[in-house]
Amino acid sequence: MTADTVLIARDLARHYLVSRGAFRQPATLKALDGAGFTVKRGRTLAVVGESGCGKSTLARLVTMIEPPTAGSLQISGHEIVGASSDTLKKLRSKVQIVFQNPYGSLNPRQKIGHALEEPLLVNTTLSAKERTERARAMMANVGLRPEHYERYPHMFSGGQRQRIAIARALMLDPDILVLDEPVSALDVSIQAQVLNLLADIQERLNLAFLFISHDLSVVRHIANDVMVMYLGRVVEYGSRDDIFRNPQHPYTRALLSATPMADPERKRERIVLKGELPSPLNPPSGCAFNPRCPLAFEPCPVLRPALLAHEASLVACHAVNKPEATTKAA
Amino acid sequence: MSDAAATVADTRKTGRMTLLTEFWRYFSENRGAVAGLAVFLFVVILAVFADVIAPHAPHEQYRDAFLKPPVWQVGGDYRFILGTDAVGRDILSRLIYGSRYSLFIGVIVVSISLTLGVTIGLFTGYFRGPLDNAVMRVMDVFLSFPSLLLALVLVALLGPSLTNAMIAIALIQQPHYVRLTRAAVMSEMVKDYVTAAKVSGVGRLRLMFVTILPNCMAPLIVQAALSFSTAILDAAALGFLGMGAQPPTPEWGTMLADSREFVTRAWWVVTMPGIAILVTVLAINLMGDGLRDALDPRLKRS
Repeated sequence: MTADTVLIARDLARHYLVSRGAFRQPATLKALDGAGFTVKRGRTLAVVGESGCGKSTLARLVTMIEPPTAGSLQISGHEIVGASSDTLKKLRSKVQIVFQNPYGSLNPRQKIGHALEEPLLVNTTLSAKERTERARAMMANVGLRPEHYERYPHMFSGGQRQRIAIARALMLDPDILVLDEPVSALDVSIQAQVLNLLADIQERLNLAFLFISHDLSVVRHIANDVMVMYLGRVVEYGSRDDIFRNPQHPYTRALLSATPMADPERKRERIVLKGELPSPLNPPSGCAFNPRCPLAFEPCPVLRPALLAHEASLVACHAVNKPEATTKAA
Repeated sequence: MSDAAATVADTRKTGRMTLLTEFWRYFSENRGAVAGLAVFLFVVILAVFADVIAPHAPHEQYRDAFLKPPVWQVGGDYRFILGTDAVGRDILSRLIYGSRYSLFIGVIVVSISLTLGVTIGLFTGYFRGPLDNAVMRVMDVFLSFPSLLLALVLVALLGPSLTNAMIAIALIQQPHYVRLTRAAVMSEMVKDYVTAAKVSGVGRLRLMFVTILPNCMAPLIVQAALSFSTAILDAAALGFLGMGAQPPTPEWGTMLADSREFVTRAWWVVTMPGIAILVTVLAINLMGDGLRDALDPRLKRS
């Protein structure tokens, strides 16, 4: 670990108890079941996967909205599992979040200026004048005009709202910004503007981004590292170039082949997965991907594959890590 | 930056004035509501300037004018436009002074039940859990009684007086606010802006009262307006049953009760307070409906 590493997660898990009626035992939903990753200052880790794979749960854990069920999570060098509420309160300002839907993430009864000042009001002892100054400076930073200070959220377009949400997240000078699908609710032209703004901010403030998305073309544009998830588990984790150029896991390959490309000349083999995403309440045994996997063979329904180094990436697949699969894995 | 709209200066008005004008645009579409508002304002003016407007003092008895009919009837007297009651007091003056009591009852009852109900609803809706269950069952018990009967029992326990009647009415009205607030809080709680506020370190109390509560106000304002009239009606009913304001207070319900025995001989003694109650309550209800149309986003046409 270097001083640049601001976020380290090991075997992070979050399980929910789901009530199934008065007379049945509640079921355990493993929304996130053992994820490990690190993010450094100035770098972007993209988390990709289809709906229900645990991306948003991961965001809720990293932002400390919910405590993890198991595993460890270190933010700026402090372990949050078992930390005192004082430490947690201090660490909260180190991680901020930008949500997917800019229409729900701003308080409709709060002026933009006040929304930006609120984090300072509750966390710092700055005077009202200093708070206003900082809010106005931040508005200029994200490309909002000074007269927007007195406006209410309903007077803004989606792109402007997302700028406001980014500005609010930056007010506390965080180390890590969690971006939960920040551009998927926006028009493509606005998406580019917001992504450029994010890249610009990252460069200026040397921030670590945890970028959650299902849009692979956006991920390719912004990420340094990519983590592919399936049913609450990491299936492949590596640098952007390795993952996009040389995907190892059959699920990653299928995901990549489904990304539309603006190149009619280019011939690609489209891998179509059979079946549906299984219920996370009752995941398949062994490798959760085995019922849909084109490469599935004997150990797949029996043994859960470990995340092992393969070429430059980490891959959890028996077919890819054949030599290891024959030895007994946990 | 290059948002297309940002190249021209944005001169749209901001702030409360636009919200108010927009509110008035929706509200004024409903003619009944505007009429209700006019009548309500008229009653407020009567109450505030009762000392100036009323031709006589409310308790002054004219020994020469027992049960005088209104002016337009045979035997009417220009001194007493709506006639006098059995002890020679001017009914018009008593009604004008009575409007003070009615508005006072409405304001106090709504304030008590709103404060109490909103606080309970906010806490139960925010924390949920077993406490929420227990509180809501108690509220269900309150709601399962006929409201006036429960108020009657409470007043009988506390002793008949206007103050106790107001407390009783406030207590029986407060479960409605609890339910409304709790439902609104629960639907706001899951929204992203609440999560964002939590992440930026906003504490529980601030989250409840500053972040969530203002977004739950619309249904509460409507409920407050409608229960204002219910409070007046219930207080009049309690007064009529002898459990509210005590004679010789010129409270409209009490005035009705005082004059029961003259119904057949002097119709105006009963009718005038009755009409006063009817008109005021109707006006406030119409106004409340208009408020609902103007504030409820589900009924809004954009």
